[in-house]
Amino acid sequence: MTQSIERVTATTPTFSALKCRECGTTYDLGAKHVCEDVCFGPLEVAYDYDAIRQRVTRSSIQAGPLSIWRYKDFLPVVGDNPIDVGTGMTPLVRANRLARRLGLKELYIKNDAVNMPTLSFKDRVVSVALTRARELGFTTVSCASTGNLANSTAAIAAHAGLDCCVFIPSDLEAGKVLGTLIYNPTVMAVNGNYDQVNRLCSEVANTHDGWGFVNINLRPYYSEGSKTLAYEVAEQLGWRLPDHIVAPLASGSLFTKIYKGFQEFVTVGLVDEKPVRFSGAQAEGCSPIAQAFKEGRDFVTPVKPSTIAKSIAIGNPADGIYALDIARKTNGNIESVTDAEIIAGMKLLAETEGIFTETAGGTTIAVLQKLVAAGKIDPEESTVVYITGNGLKTQEAVQGYVGEPFTIEPKLDSFERALERSRTLDRLEWQQVLV
Amino acid sequence: MAVQLLIPTPLQKFTDNQAKIECGGGTVIELMDDLEINFPGIKARLCDEAGELRRFVNFYVNSEDIRFLDGKDTVLNDGDEVSIVPAVAGG
Repeated sequence: MTQSIERVTATTPTFSALKCRECGTTYDLGAKHVCEDVCFGPLEVAYDYDAIRQRVTRSSIQAGPLSIWRYKDFLPVVGDNPIDVGTGMTPLVRANRLARRLGLKELYIKNDAVNMPTLSFKDRVVSVALTRARELGFTTVSCASTGNLANSTAAIAAHAGLDCCVFIPSDLEAGKVLGTLIYNPTVMAVNGNYDQVNRLCSEVANTHDGWGFVNINLRPYYSEGSKTLAYEVAEQLGWRLPDHIVAPLASGSLFTKIYKGFQEFVTVGLVDEKPVRFSGAQAEGCSPIAQAFKEGRDFVTPVKPSTIAKSIAIGNPADGIYALDIARKTNGNIESVTDAEIIAGMKLLAETEGIFTETAGGTTIAVLQKLVAAGKIDPEESTVVYITGNGLKTQEAVQGYVGEPFTIEPKLDSFERALERSRTLDRLEWQQVLV
Repeated sequence: MAVQLLIPTPLQKFTDNQAKIECGGGTVIELMDDLEINFPGIKARLCDEAGELRRFVNFYVNSEDIRFLDGKDTVLNDGDEVSIVPAVAGG
């Protein structure tokens, strides 16, 4: 999948400043994430959309690499040599069996469970962040992570030859810890939840200002990588937008950047404008944004997470208020589901579509199911569900819920007996379902 | 009575580049007034025009988010450590 970086043509940047989302104050394009001169609001990259419109066409994108870098003009990097490890252009799967089970007519799964190189959407944001980190002269990169981001930062830092130190909560799933250690970064397992890890990292970023924290001082660049989830869906649908998207909510950043990505494609004329409904998914054990949505609040009260969906267990979500706003103004919803529903969601996706997602994906599928049952997704709507991580990393969550193999002797009669037993168990399962 | 206050980089221009300072004040909001006396201009960065703590700044007392305590009225005791952290990070 990796494309030659030489295919990206040399061009002048399409962005010129960082701009505060709240008060509009502008800053130089450095490693800076908050509006430090006025209100501490989040900084975003400001683009020249006229320049992008003149430069980009559907065919120029299609002629680009088979990775997120086909959308380079929409991403905040200046050089001609972005770090391209084949990230992005993951399958958009028409999910007919799941759709039939739920009673929907046009359902798609955007499958970032098979994103490269570390099997989650985080490879998108990290590819952008580390490319920018290198441009800004950083030689050490870091992050506060619930697991997937640590995997991705460590892997792509290894590829790019950058030193890496990642911070994770100490109670993460074994697959996520091992999937970081293998790249030989320094791993700090913090005795605390993600929000505590995040605060610590903000303090470390203060004292180690030579480090590029992808989701702190590099956050304005990093977060832009998630826009590629919108671009790819639009392109893979044949240059059109869906009617409804459902995505997991942790910090809320992914959700807001998918929205921004669709808006940008409309702005530069790559797709026709149309309303897209945005619905978000949280685990009940960590659902500060869903609670604010239900209670009609425009602020998010932090919570202390307790859920198996550790990758989205952020109790103090940085972009929570923006996610709320988007769900409301697009006539979407934000819903939460229990841990038991999350496991059922993982199994449902696996059994109907052959996709093994992690707990965050189980959350998203369970919320999809709940929204359909409540009549909050119209069966006629073309709906895209974002699956952002891989189930092999969170095996603990489904251990004990997926049955066991039949252990048999290497003899035909042993196989026949086991087969009969499996058919009996199947019948019993059907009877249980019928009752 | 004194508490230790951790100052984030963007605000260290107000504190002669000190990352850690000693302050007085019986509550978090009173701490802001004490801070302003010693480092004029800093309060406006941390509080809005109505005197409320800004929504994009998080305050921690001994590592606990004050929204899990009593918010701006959280009582401070001698030797407490207060940390000011820009809210927009992570995820």
